[in-house]
Amino acid sequence: MLLKIENLTIEYPDRFGNFRAVDKASLKLARGEILGIVGESGAGKSTIGNSIIGLLQTPGKLVGGTIELDGQRLDLLAQPGFNAIRGKKVGVIFQDPMTSLNPLETIEAQLVETISLHSNLSKTDAKLQAIELLNDVGITSPMERIKQYPHEFSGGMRQRVVIALVLAGKPDLIIADEPTTALDVSIQATILKLIRALCRKKNVGVILVTHDMGVISETTDRVAVMYMGKIVEVNETKKLLSKPKHPYTKALISAVPPSNRRVHRFSRVEFNQGRQNPVAIDLGSHWIGETIHKLDTTTTMLNVRNLTKIFKPRNSLFSPKIESNVAVNNVSFKIAIGETYGIVGESGSGKSTIARLISGIYKPDEGSIQFDGLDLLNGKKLKEHKKKKREIQMIFQDPYSSLNGRMKVGQIIAEPILIGGFRGNQAELNLIISDLLAMVELDADAARKYPHAFSGGQRQRVSIARALASRPKFLICDEPTSALDVSIQAQILNLLKDLQQKLKLTYLFISHDLPVMRQVCDRIAVMKKGQFVEENAAEAIFNAPRHKYTQDLINLMPKFEQ
Amino acid sequence: MKIIFKDFIGSNFFYSFSHSPVAICSFLIATSLIFCAIIAPVIAPYSPYDPATLNLMNGFSAPLKTNEFTGDTFVFGADDQGRDIFSTILYGMRISLFVGFSAVLFAMVLGVFLGLIAAMVGGITDAIIMRIADIQLSFPSILIAMLIFGIAKGITPPEMRNQMAIWVLILSIGLSDWVQFARVVRGSAMVELQKEYVEAAKLIGVHPIGISLRHIFPNVVPSVLVIATISLALAIISEATLSFLGVGAPPTQPSLGTLIRIGQGFLFSGEWWIIFFPSLALLLLALSVNLLGDWLRNTLDPNLGIK
Repeated sequence: MLLKIENLTIEYPDRFGNFRAVDKASLKLARGEILGIVGESGAGKSTIGNSIIGLLQTPGKLVGGTIELDGQRLDLLAQPGFNAIRGKKVGVIFQDPMTSLNPLETIEAQLVETISLHSNLSKTDAKLQAIELLNDVGITSPMERIKQYPHEFSGGMRQRVVIALVLAGKPDLIIADEPTTALDVSIQATILKLIRALCRKKNVGVILVTHDMGVISETTDRVAVMYMGKIVEVNETKKLLSKPKHPYTKALISAVPPSNRRVHRFSRVEFNQGRQNPVAIDLGSHWIGETIHKLDTTTTMLNVRNLTKIFKPRNSLFSPKIESNVAVNNVSFKIAIGETYGIVGESGSGKSTIARLISGIYKPDEGSIQFDGLDLLNGKKLKEHKKKKREIQMIFQDPYSSLNGRMKVGQIIAEPILIGGFRGNQAELNLIISDLLAMVELDADAARKYPHAFSGGQRQRVSIARALASRPKFLICDEPTSALDVSIQAQILNLLKDLQQKLKLTYLFISHDLPVMRQVCDRIAVMKKGQFVEENAAEAIFNAPRHKYTQDLINLMPKFEQ
Repeated sequence: MKIIFKDFIGSNFFYSFSHSPVAICSFLIATSLIFCAIIAPVIAPYSPYDPATLNLMNGFSAPLKTNEFTGDTFVFGADDQGRDIFSTILYGMRISLFVGFSAVLFAMVLGVFLGLIAAMVGGITDAIIMRIADIQLSFPSILIAMLIFGIAKGITPPEMRNQMAIWVLILSIGLSDWVQFARVVRGSAMVELQKEYVEAAKLIGVHPIGISLRHIFPNVVPSVLVIATISLALAIISEATLSFLGVGAPPTQPSLGTLIRIGQGFLFSGEWWIIFFPSLALLLLALSVNLLGDWLRNTLDPNLGIK
């Protein structure tokens, strides 16, 4: 047995007492095996990894249990003793390859330094070994590339270099802490494959810490599920995924969007945070429902034609000329009323730019946008134009920056209502606010609290309630769940579906996450480098992708089939 | 009211305060000095502004020693004109603090206003405001204050000069200090403008003025408070410096700086107390306010990572 952890308990003292980040966790790992640790944010997965290499964040401390690596007790080790462990016996791959390489030194310098540190090879031998390592991790023409700086490598290539650096110390154990979370799907698959191959080839043990069930099912041999500091279930990956025993594991698995089919709703989301009994609101007579029945369901909601946006860098006196960047290149599409239209693409493909062009934050360089029969770009009838524009609302990616921390939730939701020309008194306003909160399944007393009192998922609900307070017809959801845990994601996706039915909303759904898109969208456009490469009904995109790029994306997405 | 008090006691802000000995000490010193200055007419044994009560025979009385001619005793001694140093310090602090607070308030209003406009409007307006700020920053602020003081004094009619002196002092220190506020407010406002809640407010249809007042301004208040506290200490020192140089408070209303200037002449002839006690008062006042400002910055800005 390479690694043996028994009853590990880690506490963080804070002003309210001791917070138990890890509670009596026990794990075993053999050489050549990949153990996954899965759980949601704050479950304590990273804390276990950090305790093995003695890098617990202050003021955290180990209060009980043992960690044994190859027979050596790591929990008894003092800080200087860890220098012989880190790098040599245990290597760590962190989430962000941008920050784990030194931008001022060439790859050669960094690799040779690491190799010389762990062996007594000469400089030339160390360099030969470095080239071999780069070859091992799949970097083509390593002889030339070793002379380059980190910024000359792409994100995925950088993560490969990081893995080469980790291998340079010939470790027995590798801890990979969310190694692919910062990477695009197409790169994620190759990195995971590489980690798996190296684990077998070099006979090292790997602990893979992740929140992504797809990554777990594709990569690991065994998996441990963590919930609030406790390991609730450990089993072989296949067995655990097909026959989960613990109720939390079951809930977690059912919350993962399956990649192979469309579910109507996510069924078991009982570990939830919303309120239990949603209040029924009669929309026929309610303020929120006033505008719904005027909808003409036959026309198109949005008609975008030849949309182009070029970001021109400002040429200042001192900086050299930089080429302008065509973020959106001649894009046209139509969205029907009540439809969910998805745009999928990798980071930098221009999908968020489209959202901001439609919402009016950016002005397009060319093209036209027709919204509900009105030309959005020619605002001649100003008043009517402004009113119409408020029917387009947006739900943002980061629930922490999308709410003003200095306003109470009640004020945040009241603002759009008042700006919309609401003429009622304070009591009526409060009633509407509490009804809106009920629609997003939050308690009415949430209105009196500030955003910092809420978790990410609850903040996203507030954000949705704020959007609804403008009584929109069209909602742009820009990666609305990518900052959230899976179980919260499932709840938010359920909520968005319910609201769409109740309020007859039309959605533009933007995401990089294909399984999620499959669950929500009616039609999907695939975007690459500012252009649409393919547009089709959602099922058709998944079952019969026509364009090469779409086929690649679908082949590379982490498969999680139930 | 009760709930607000309870919330405050439970807040991280109060927790950080009650666990920082430096913050508690400087808060106690600063507030007691300010309190003494406010109630100066009640606790001061003499009135230094009333020439009728002064007795030249009391001149140069040493601290705690009974004057052999008049039989008066002064805790901190008396100056060359027989003014009680203790009373004069109390009254002098009133002037120093009044000038300091007013100047910071003036600089704050001006700086926050210009900083918000620079961040919100951008472009050429931003460039003009920030270049003026840069130009002003390339001169020592005391020089700017003296320049403004000189011009303002030249404009006011001679018979008004003594009455206007304090206001001119406030104006000149305030005008030399707004740059800090404008820079910090512009910086934080530009960070806030990138956040998604501003985008949401635009979609809702909030007017740009509403965005800056309701959304941006409340979020830059913490940085403004920090700058204001540190500026207060600087403003008090600026006032003392100007008065020391003889261009500040009028001789009939001596501030701490004026006292230090008077005392400086007698430092080497043995009458050390005339300069020592006013300097000590200035030191305590400026230091405690400054330390309070430091603590405030560490507490309100978690990015600094100082616990």
